Amino acid sequence: MSETLLPDSPGSDSHAPVLAVTSLRKEFGSLVAVEDVSFTVQPAESMAIVGESGSGKTTIARMIVGLEHPTGGTITACGADRSRPARSARDRRRRGGEVQIVFQDPYTSLDPRQTAEDAVSEALRLHHDWPADRRRSRVTELIDLVGLDARQARSLPRTLSGGQRQRVAIARALAAEPRVLILDESVAALDVSIQAQVLNLLADIRDETAVSYVLISHDLAVVRQLTDHAIVMYRGRVVERGPTARVLDEPQDPYTRRLRASVPRPGWKPTRAGSEFS
Amino acid sequence: MTASDQDANVPTAEGAAGALTASDGPAAAPLLEVDGLTVRLPVGGVKRAVLRDVSLTVRAGEAVGLVGESGSGKSMTARAIDRLLPGGAEVDGQIRCSGRDVSELAGADLRAFRTKVAMIFQDPRAHVNPVRRIGDFMTEAMRTNLGVPPRYAQMRALDMLAQVGIDDGERRMRQYPHELSGGMLQRVMIAAALLTDPRLLLADEPTTALDVTTQAEVMAILDELRREYGLAMLFITHDLELAAAICDRTVVMYAGQIVEVRSSELLHDDPLHPYTAALAAARPDIARTTARLRAIPGRPLSAFEAPADECAFAPRCPHASDACRAGVPGLTALDGGLSRCVRAAELRGQLTVSHE
Repeated sequence: MSETLLPDSPGSDSHAPVLAVTSLRKEFGSLVAVEDVSFTVQPAESMAIVGESGSGKTTIARMIVGLEHPTGGTITACGADRSRPARSARDRRRRGGEVQIVFQDPYTSLDPRQTAEDAVSEALRLHHDWPADRRRSRVTELIDLVGLDARQARSLPRTLSGGQRQRVAIARALAAEPRVLILDESVAALDVSIQAQVLNLLADIRDETAVSYVLISHDLAVVRQLTDHAIVMYRGRVVERGPTARVLDEPQDPYTRRLRASVPRPGWKPTRAGSEFS
Repeated sequence: MTASDQDANVPTAEGAAGALTASDGPAAAPLLEVDGLTVRLPVGGVKRAVLRDVSLTVRAGEAVGLVGESGSGKSMTARAIDRLLPGGAEVDGQIRCSGRDVSELAGADLRAFRTKVAMIFQDPRAHVNPVRRIGDFMTEAMRTNLGVPPRYAQMRALDMLAQVGIDDGERRMRQYPHELSGGMLQRVMIAAALLTDPRLLLADEPTTALDVTTQAEVMAILDELRREYGLAMLFITHDLELAAAICDRTVVMYAGQIVEVRSSELLHDDPLHPYTAALAAARPDIARTTARLRAIPGRPLSAFEAPADECAFAPRCPHASDACRAGVPGLTALDGGLSRCVRAAELRGQLTVSHE
């Protein structure tokens, strides 16, 4: 694997999607959480899954990273099927090298007893068979890339702010040199001024590494800023898809329209949901 | 405690209301006056400031937004007003509600006061007893503090549930909090808060945990009922646009201080303080993409972390000069608003929030 963050694309032509989801379905008992969801993500592309609670967006993310097993349909990442559970530690590690995830809450997704650089170093050790000095220099690079200083790198999560913790989680996810990074509401809990810093950082990382993002978010302004394409989910189904700008500027589906109309903006007056949407 | 245990001088519902309305003369003195409020909390044995010299007024029927990031002191301000500060808090300054000093209230007077100044919180689940039914919860304040007969309290609760858009109120009142969704439970909290006929509603991020479509509904309900009942509101949020949408005036806080007070319609396009402008500009825009967001360097500071003898925002401010570090700027009147910025007049017209 190369020294740069740019991952190799073994044997694949540049037009093959890095992530493909086909007819995905998930049932929890009698509840159908995800129904007939399909999408593809190209290298260096950024896609949003937009929806509210119960729409199934997080369930999709959990299936992609292997935390839930699909009831039906297929998930393919970097040409390899991952619809079934990994059969070996080696297989699981390979999958980790393809897709990584950053969760919403930076307070629970880090090990409280592990410093920022140890968290990154551990991920490097898992995914690359590198000599210690190479690993150390890579830790420094990654810590640097996410904008943490040397003191913060040696700090435990509890001494870091929410924004700094989220940077650690991003650095740790990037250590595996994934082709796809799933951002599950990763900036939702951050203060506005910090959220802007992290969004700029994510844009920089994408420019530098050609990683693809799957951004799961209910925040349409964040979706606009970070993604090229979007799918809108409602009650487990995709109700609208297209280029992000088109979906937000000219929403076609009644639900997308209602979602768009619910966003506070200058001159906005909130309304009770009436007959316009059922 | 039952009614017979109480002293004869315990105010009745009418008495308590009267106590708070009596001084609302024709001169329309503010319903709420916060004057020079400074709060220190013990952190690791040391008293640390969380609020510094906060002064604001809310007139009867007026909606005032209180906007800021983590640690700005916006929730602490509301808690100080409703006398809900944590133990060991040291409070300077004065809070008067309808002319009455809130710090002097105790016992039944304090309970009666809280029926007139009701509070709703961000996380309804953390502020409701999970093992008591919704109906019980909703009628408790009426029954125990106002002495309303249970049957009548029940009827009022049902009626109020209908007003917040819950039609199957009878069923809901038999349910427990865990059987309701977050949006539904927040509607119940709003209905419960309005049942004691409050004059002022302290709303602490009441829609932050809700889906956007639910947020729009809850905000519409709040706004409608507030106008219908002539209720004043202090609406606390981190979202400038949301505050602007339903509040007449917006108060912006940073590091435990008020940095700007401005009419909501002017706040977004014509802010008076560099922090307000920076906050609005940092937020991504739903209508367009920008190459880079104008992030504010550093992170939001709490009152005790911020520099104590200069402008608290100066370390992060693109407009900071030596004058900003010469002392803590006062809150000065400018163009119909207030700004805690020594360069405010000079920066008029330059504090653009556009993303260009």
